[in-house]
Amino acid sequence: MKRNQIILLGGLSLLCLLLLPWVGPERLSLRGLLAWGGDWTADQIIFVQLRLTRVVLGLLAGGALAMSGATLQVLFRNPLAEPWTLGVAGGASLGAFIARLCPICWWAWGPFHSGQLLALLGAAGALLLVGAVARRAGGAGTPALLLAGITLSVVCGGAIMMISGFVSPWKLAEFQRWLLGGLDAASWGDVAALLLLVVPGGAILLALARHYNPLALGEDMAAGQGVDVAAVRCWTAIGAGVAAAGVAAVAGPIGFIGLLAPHAVRRLVGPDMRRVVPASFLLGGSLLAACDALGRWAAAPLEMPVGALTAVLGGPVFLWLLARR
Amino acid sequence: MNPAGQLVLNAIRFEYESAAWTLAVPTLTLGSEPLCAIIGPNGSGKSTLLKVAAGLLRPAAGEARWQGRRVADYSRRTLAQQVGYLPQECPVLFDYTVEQVVSMGRHAHGGVLELTTPGDRAAVDRALADVRLMDYRQRRLSQLSGGERRRAWLAAALAQEPAILLLDEPTQALDVHQAAAMMEILTARAAEGLRVVAVLHDLNLAALFCPRLVLLAGGAVVADGPPAELLTPDRLRAVYGDKLDVVPHPRSGQPLVLAATS
Repeated sequence: MKRNQIILLGGLSLLCLLLLPWVGPERLSLRGLLAWGGDWTADQIIFVQLRLTRVVLGLLAGGALAMSGATLQVLFRNPLAEPWTLGVAGGASLGAFIARLCPICWWAWGPFHSGQLLALLGAAGALLLVGAVARRAGGAGTPALLLAGITLSVVCGGAIMMISGFVSPWKLAEFQRWLLGGLDAASWGDVAALLLLVVPGGAILLALARHYNPLALGEDMAAGQGVDVAAVRCWTAIGAGVAAAGVAAVAGPIGFIGLLAPHAVRRLVGPDMRRVVPASFLLGGSLLAACDALGRWAAAPLEMPVGALTAVLGGPVFLWLLARR
Repeated sequence: MNPAGQLVLNAIRFEYESAAWTLAVPTLTLGSEPLCAIIGPNGSGKSTLLKVAAGLLRPAAGEARWQGRRVADYSRRTLAQQVGYLPQECPVLFDYTVEQVVSMGRHAHGGVLELTTPGDRAAVDRALADVRLMDYRQRRLSQLSGGERRRAWLAAALAQEPAILLLDEPTQALDVHQAAAMMEILTARAAEGLRVVAVLHDLNLAALFCPRLVLLAGGAVVADGPPAELLTPDRLRAVYGDKLDVVPHPRSGQPLVLAATS
């Protein structure tokens, strides 16, 4: 029964992939899309180069954020942890933003570029800082962890705003996504860049998934049941950090997907982390791709940044979960 | 040097950064009898001793050896197949079902894919039957009473099927009859060859069920032996203070320790 639910979530992702590219300001015709021979039609260019890239990017980015959130919740023993509320998305975005902004910091080597490198550094810095603050303030499960993380997110957002002040206004539109997160102006190069970090990060988290159930019963219990707690925790931080940094490097700080998806998934398939991790990937991806399509459609021909939508949808859920604890 | 199936602590010294005391155990062999209780007042180092034995804490000096090999040299997985450990507190993050929790006891036996084998299923069923939670398999932890939860943790440790099981206060916060029932489960498993070492707060429970007691005070082993020899009024008063009396159990004759007014 629970396996069926994972297949169902897979079907949902597939449905998103097939249907969401149709959503957007320009109406696409099936005839224009299926025209064969000669040059690409405008419909084909919009569908493949603009819309499909965004949907694929959304599915991968949302999935990575959700997996990262689901595992960070176990790592920090806090069901409200996720890349944004821990400041990881903020730190990584600040890094990526700095790399894009100053020409001397920018270089690219195939799909790998300095934006990803600085995003990785930002994510690592955020995880270490937030972890250290929480440890000093009485443990990872405490509200101090979230206070530190959200503060860090706000500080990084402020820093991005401050630096934006030095950027010429016409260039600023290009940088808007680093403030709230967005999937606009996506290219297949961005998809390649995302895959480069999300695949190894996600693989680490999937490989560790079987250790998360004992770990959810406490570190001593997990150690007694044969889990190498220190190694699992260290690799989880690396996997979740790399996946979240990969997303932030191409799409900026997208919040709350890493919170919404795992919580919804646990209601669907139960708390077994061996199912929650892959199912979160599927649902998180669908959720982000759908939010992005909504942002394209609701304000057409203008666009809402997807990060604004996920914040407005996810913020109240965060508060509800906080109040229920 | 070490006979098989024994957990030997050698010249152990362990100190916490904050605490004023040091755990110092010159030598202690665990697992030589079916049931052994580690007793002693609060803060005497019982839990610390157990964690050092289980390899969860690394001592500043000395070593714990399982079957002659240093505990620290085993991988956690291999060690957990032979040495089980159940902590005092299990802070659960998610609302698992009883069956899920007990199945986690099989973690050390699972491969990379952690497919459930018939052996896993049999061990889980047996553990659930032992703690009488068969009808509760699909219940969520949040729906259990404190005592039922304790039994679920114990079932997870039993499903692990180690050679020696280290339990930290398994009967904590249990009613008298529940505590006795839990000790009976452990006695039955011990009769089948499992070696049990339990930190116990309740001296009477320890005296009634365990042929060997290890008394700790201030981080040192002050006495080690059968309850009848060990639980003497003089020795207990030296460790616990003088507000206690020792009387024989009406049926078994084992010493009973009672609180007394001065």
